[in-house]
Amino acid sequence: MQRAALLAIVESVVDELNELKSEQEKIQFSEDTSLYGQSSPLDSVDLVNLLLAVEEQLEDEHDISFTIANEKAMSMRNSPFKTVSTLIDYLMSELN
Amino acid sequence: MSGSISESIVLITGTSRGIGEYLATRYLEAGCRVIGCSRSKVSLDSKNYTHFCLDITDEAAVKTLFTSIRKQYKHIDILVNNAGIASLNHSLLTPMDTVSKVFSTNVFASFLFCREAAKLMRKNKFGRIVNFTTVAVPFNLEGEAIYAASKSAVESLTKVLAREFADFGITVNAVGPTPIDTNLIKNVPSEKISELVSRQAIKRKGTAADVKNVVDFFINDTSDFITGQVVYLGGV
Repeated sequence: MQRAALLAIVESVVDELNELKSEQEKIQFSEDTSLYGQSSPLDSVDLVNLLLAVEEQLEDEHDISFTIANEKAMSMRNSPFKTVSTLIDYLMSELN
Repeated sequence: MSGSISESIVLITGTSRGIGEYLATRYLEAGCRVIGCSRSKVSLDSKNYTHFCLDITDEAAVKTLFTSIRKQYKHIDILVNNAGIASLNHSLLTPMDTVSKVFSTNVFASFLFCREAAKLMRKNKFGRIVNFTTVAVPFNLEGEAIYAASKSAVESLTKVLAREFADFGITVNAVGPTPIDTNLIKNVPSEKISELVSRQAIKRKGTAADVKNVVDFFINDTSDFITGQVVYLGGV
């Protein structure tokens, strides 16, 4: 898959998450957006929802069945879930 | 779930016989959409019933089941993790193959269904999960080491998942039946069952209706503040 296509998926999922948030809570989307940790605008429930929604979009719109939080991802020295950019890099490497 | 239970989508594992078949029949009568699964085909015949023939320990098959549910119904309201197997034998005579099968069915499959169901339930910020334990856990029954240990694990799963899923509006509870006349205990000597029943406060065997009574309480709309609980039948 193209990087732009994956980025579009993640952005649309963040848009979905934002629909349920107040103006102050809304997640500003960029490739540098942190997905967890103190600097992240996402809480742990947001991160779970984001990863599951990306999985669903991959399956529904691209017919790709892929578990993002798999053993490999969880044991990588540099977590692929650090930022939007690292998540996209990880998906690129696993899906292509 | 909005309003009454009659509008609910209910997934029940192990609907080919026993308590699973009973619950599926009753919830169909209540007007629910019931999705069931078992290794074999079922006699349930209703336009509101959908059956999946699968091995509940097969992750790929279970994920396919949930993908079908998601595509057809978008969500589910209730999961009843009924399917289970027992091994009644002295530990010194219990093969590891049996240990593996009991844990795969009772623990791993229960977890798998909880995980996949919660993924669908989180969208509506509503869900009710009911797991199955047994009075063999608090009774520490000799001859049931592996069965009781597996159900102990189910109780721990229930309590931890209750906390993890609370943010998604999902409750997770467990019902612990006494002996009930089903296939699960058909090979247990009757004197063993009598001995067990005599240890309960109310000294009789349970019925599927007794189990449903507890399940009904857990899945009720108004039970949204009841989670991480284990209710044993019979006064244990």
